[in-house]
Amino acid sequence: MVTDTLGLVMKAFIVIGAVMTMAGYAVLLERKVAARVQGRPGPNRTQIPILGSIPVIGTFLTRLGVFQPAADGLKFLFKEDPLPGHVNKFYYVLAPMVAFIPAMLTMTVLPFGAVTDPVTGATSPIVLADLDIGILFILAVSSLGVYGIILGGWSSNSKYPFLGGVRASAQMISYEIALGLSILPVFLWFGGTLNLFNVVEGQSQVWTALVQPVSALIFLIALFAETNRLPFDMPESETDLVAGYNTEYGAFKFGLFFVGEYTHIIIGSGVFVVLFLGGWTLPFITLPAGMVGAVLSVLIFLAKVFCIVFFFMWVRWTLPRFRYDQVMNLGWNKLLPLAIGNLVFYAIVIAVIEQLN
Amino acid sequence: MSEGQEDKRIPIFVDDEEVKVDPGTNLIEAVAQAGKEVPHYCYHPKLSVVGNCRMCLVEMGMPGRDRATGEPMLNDDGSPKILWVPKPVIACATNAAPGMHVRTESPLVKECREGVMEFLLVNHPLDCPICDQAGECRLQEFATDYGRGYSRFIEQKNVKPKRTRLGPRVMLDDERCILCSRCIRFCEEVAEDPVLGFTDRGSYTTLTAFPGKELANNYSLNTVDICPVGALTSTDFRFKMRVWFLKETDSIDTESSVGCNTVVGSREGKIYRITPRRNDHVNDTWMPDSGRALYKEVEAENRLAAYSIEGRPCGPDEAMSLAATLLKGHRVAIVGSGRLSVEEQYLLRRVREAIGGGPPTFLVGRTGEGDGKLLSADRNPNTRGAILTGLIDELPKEDLHDLAHLIAEGGVDTLLVAGEDLTMAGVTRDQLKRVQIVYMGTHHNDTSSVAKVEIPALTVFEKSGTFVNQQFRVQKFAQAVPGPKGVLFGLSNFTRLLDTLGGGKRIAPSPANVWAEMSGDVPEFADLRFEDIPRTGSVVDDARFAHLPFPEGPGFHFNPKRAETIAGA
Amino acid sequence: MATKVVERKPLSLAERSYLPQIVSGLRVTMKNMFKPPVTLEYPDERPDIPPGYRGVPTLVKDPDGREKCVSCQLCEFVCPPKAIRIIPGEIPEDAETAHVEKAPEEFEINMLRCIYCGLCQEVCPEEAIFLQDIFSVTGTSREELVFKKDKLYALGGTLPDSHFKWEKKKSAELTGNPHH
Repeated sequence: MVTDTLGLVMKAFIVIGAVMTMAGYAVLLERKVAARVQGRPGPNRTQIPILGSIPVIGTFLTRLGVFQPAADGLKFLFKEDPLPGHVNKFYYVLAPMVAFIPAMLTMTVLPFGAVTDPVTGATSPIVLADLDIGILFILAVSSLGVYGIILGGWSSNSKYPFLGGVRASAQMISYEIALGLSILPVFLWFGGTLNLFNVVEGQSQVWTALVQPVSALIFLIALFAETNRLPFDMPESETDLVAGYNTEYGAFKFGLFFVGEYTHIIIGSGVFVVLFLGGWTLPFITLPAGMVGAVLSVLIFLAKVFCIVFFFMWVRWTLPRFRYDQVMNLGWNKLLPLAIGNLVFYAIVIAVIEQLN
Repeated sequence: MSEGQEDKRIPIFVDDEEVKVDPGTNLIEAVAQAGKEVPHYCYHPKLSVVGNCRMCLVEMGMPGRDRATGEPMLNDDGSPKILWVPKPVIACATNAAPGMHVRTESPLVKECREGVMEFLLVNHPLDCPICDQAGECRLQEFATDYGRGYSRFIEQKNVKPKRTRLGPRVMLDDERCILCSRCIRFCEEVAEDPVLGFTDRGSYTTLTAFPGKELANNYSLNTVDICPVGALTSTDFRFKMRVWFLKETDSIDTESSVGCNTVVGSREGKIYRITPRRNDHVNDTWMPDSGRALYKEVEAENRLAAYSIEGRPCGPDEAMSLAATLLKGHRVAIVGSGRLSVEEQYLLRRVREAIGGGPPTFLVGRTGEGDGKLLSADRNPNTRGAILTGLIDELPKEDLHDLAHLIAEGGVDTLLVAGEDLTMAGVTRDQLKRVQIVYMGTHHNDTSSVAKVEIPALTVFEKSGTFVNQQFRVQKFAQAVPGPKGVLFGLSNFTRLLDTLGGGKRIAPSPANVWAEMSGDVPEFADLRFEDIPRTGSVVDDARFAHLPFPEGPGFHFNPKRAETIAGA
Repeated sequence: MATKVVERKPLSLAERSYLPQIVSGLRVTMKNMFKPPVTLEYPDERPDIPPGYRGVPTLVKDPDGREKCVSCQLCEFVCPPKAIRIIPGEIPEDAETAHVEKAPEEFEINMLRCIYCGLCQEVCPEEAIFLQDIFSVTGTSREELVFKKDKLYALGGTLPDSHFKWEKKKSAELTGNPHH
């Protein structure tokens, strides 16, 4: 029992470390993509003393910007951490944690690989906690993240953060509905299970995205809105709100917001991959049993997540931001009816299929 | 102009435009009166005509007359027929004649000028960048206006001596010389010190001083002024500043009562040179060399630039109020100066009236030997101003032994000294120490060193005002550079002192306002306003002072009215 | 003012959905990602200075090491922001270049005032001042950015002389076409 717990804690630390690292490199990816889209080389200067001076590789890694996230992270850690005088101090300090912790929590139930026992042939997910109601947990916890933003905006006691916070809350509540409605057909399709492992296993032949493209599209759009990515960048809105809800934040607290945001993106991508892109499976290919298959499955999952994260970046540096009323219009007048219609359609289709069977 | 004079003028036609000129006018001046220009180098209005530069070539013609009948020859349209002289003539040596026709812009004239310019430039070095004349060089100007615009000369230029020292103040660069001979004629005719001449022939002709002689007379720098090119340069001004930077301000030479009209060239508050200004009634276009160095007093080391009480610097108000305390109710003597402007002398008189009790007033006289030209015996520029304004009644003496006696007797408590060093005028330092001195002046000297109150004053270059010269000609000078930092501007020292003493109505410290005051007090100035005094000055009536034995002897444009005056005393 | 109503074509469903437009936008940015960067990595890479570039004004010497400036002050005169300040001086009689007679005693260019217009170079009759390829000037005080003569010569270096005016003059003085 103790070893089980210790193993779990170890696993949790490994996963947290991995996700944090990925968040850091997501920032690097973002900067690199932005630079490439704009015809620039992007970050290519930061060097780590010994590693960077290896003749060819060091230079190559430096040009790639591989060491940049370390510098960024250190900067957030070592900068002076100011506490403005006009803020509500308790909530001001609380806000980044409230934003960060749910982002981290969601990944406990997200399966990111599968291991097949070579003897029994039974397959079990690689996940911290294999909950039967995994998706509900994810929806519940991830929507807590909005409190961080609202709290940050409100406690800053300053007009731009406040506006950013208000917009963020309105936006996230609006798109939560479409998000929730869009994935219901998926679980209906897989026989009413809410276990993510089962959903993935059900897609080993055909990805849900191909069966339910409208669901995938609505989910993707809502995901953009939920993670506050462009073109739904309401809470930050650099062009009109300075830096939105985190205007008054700096140093480590800002870093928490920042990492939380990117963690959200990675987790969101992970959920999308699990629900619509077959998770760690590849169509028509059966992974070998044992450790090799496990590692391969994780790598496949990560590759897919990477593609979605890249898609996030790609969209960000392509599209302009919506106006606030357009965001609301799209959320309530377009996506919500579409999601309801989608749900009704698939409910009927599934009912018909079941009748036929 | 009266009828009789009108008749004397003769009509000539410059490029078919009629202009009436006085008989005897040469064509350069006549054309100038028609508003046109004939370029010239050797001709100078105040020197004899030699006609050796050939730049002023023009076409000239006279209306023809039939030899047999004496009738005017007419063209077909009835206009008089002009018989043009087949070759061009030099305008400087051709006098206007009635009915004469002149062409100054015909193709022939232009071609002549181009040819002359080309020859002049054949051996002229290309050193405008280092030449001090650049910017006021006639050769540059005429090469631009009338030259060919390019050079056909591919041979080597002549090499002539550069940097010849002609005298203590004049340098010669023979390569630049265009052999106009103005300097030679000036030395002969005006300075009456013929030391310059040409040697060698043709292209090798070289200007030089006669063996064993040098151009050292007190008018030598005028040769630099009249040199149309950069051949003659002033040692003092050489390589100091380009002329195009100089701001030119009209001023007056203060070294004697001649009052030569001058132009002060300054840049950014620093004076670089003084040159004469043409005034046909006073100094023609000349001035003595000695007057050109006077600007150095502005930045002299012993310049007085701060108000002080017993050597302790203070503000002007403090100095003025102490001065007023020392003057009011004490036995005062005043020493004015013939170097003060008319306005200052008048205000000093008002100060005297404000002190009350008719304090004795002295003026330090300065005499030297007059040279019969532009340096007169009276070396004060404004003795007549002091007399006109009523500051003094008699001619000043060089030796103030009357004042010395007065001090020795203990008849004086306070001495108000305006711009003079009394130790140079017969009053000893010990005597000065017995009285309290209020000193107003431009420089430190032995008098200021024992003064109780020192009030810094402005030099002639730092203020505007007027002087009255030996001809009783009121001449204006203008401020060329700002005064030292902290010194009150213009006439403020005097008006402020007057106010502190309670001198009645306040007078704004500008010459125009003081002149408005003076017109009531000085009968000679009754009809004269400061603004109305022309650049050439305005002569006032001197009948009231005919009895005074002024020391000046005859000079340019001046003959003393009293024959018994001791010339050059 | 008359108002003109522009007829707009109603948007098709595809246009209203906005998705095809997004896809075409994504295509553009994706293409851009594979183009080489257009930026210059400045401190490592230096831009090519084209001929005629107007950098920092400098004073140059001729191949013999003689300072070409004769302090004619034309540049000071022409300088629109009045950045140039020259104190002219005389070359002593015993100097090797005494025949040039005049050289600047002090030559200052206030780089805080200079607007890099190049008029000084254009006006210079001795071809002594050149706006060369230095484009970045830094300093920690105002005084430091008033370039003095030695600094201007250090920046300018030596440029080939195209007409050797003063050398010709000197040789003429020594040998050619003397008088007598």
